[in-house]
Amino acid sequence: MTDFYVGVALILLLTVVAGLIRVLRGPTAADRMMAAQLFGTCGVAILLLLTRGSGQLIFEDVALVFALLGALSTVAFVRRAWKAGDLKSDTEGLK
Amino acid sequence: MRELAGMMLIVFGIPFFLSGTIGLLRLPDIYTRLHALTKADNIGLGFVVLGLAVQATSWLEVVKLLLIWFLVLLAGATSCHLVADAALQRNIRPWTKE
Repeated sequence: MTDFYVGVALILLLTVVAGLIRVLRGPTAADRMMAAQLFGTCGVAILLLLTRGSGQLIFEDVALVFALLGALSTVAFVRRAWKAGDLKSDTEGLK
Repeated sequence: MRELAGMMLIVFGIPFFLSGTIGLLRLPDIYTRLHALTKADNIGLGFVVLGLAVQATSWLEVVKLLLIWFLVLLAGATSCHLVADAALQRNIRPWTKE
């Protein structure tokens, strides 16, 4: 039984690894941030599956924190981190 | 029986995660990528949460799982709107077919 949950968690982990390609390529800062958001959603799913797989209820609380941080990090990114300095590269990346 | 139903639901969620990632990699611009990411992934998570909730032994567990999903949905919707809005303000043009 445990194998099944860990297996599904591994598959989701592979999708996260694939998402890293987008972080590398960009082209805009927002694209990289969105990939990070994907890790948030996938991470929550992985943690919930590990909770069931391992019986360690503490993982569930970690997933809850992940869900909270996912919201906050994007808000912080849009309001603070995505600076005017990116503007040139932002528009150049989209031909 | 319930365990089996839960596992089926979880397996059902995997393609949604996969399509979300494929969308993030394959789609042409920031707006289309946002669309793939925030919708497909949250449905995938929804199926995982449902599958685990079906197997749950107590109501508290079910409530907790649903709360986590609700939080992620809220975070996804909010951040999707914020990023799209910020991108428009930065004059990033939505992609169109040439």
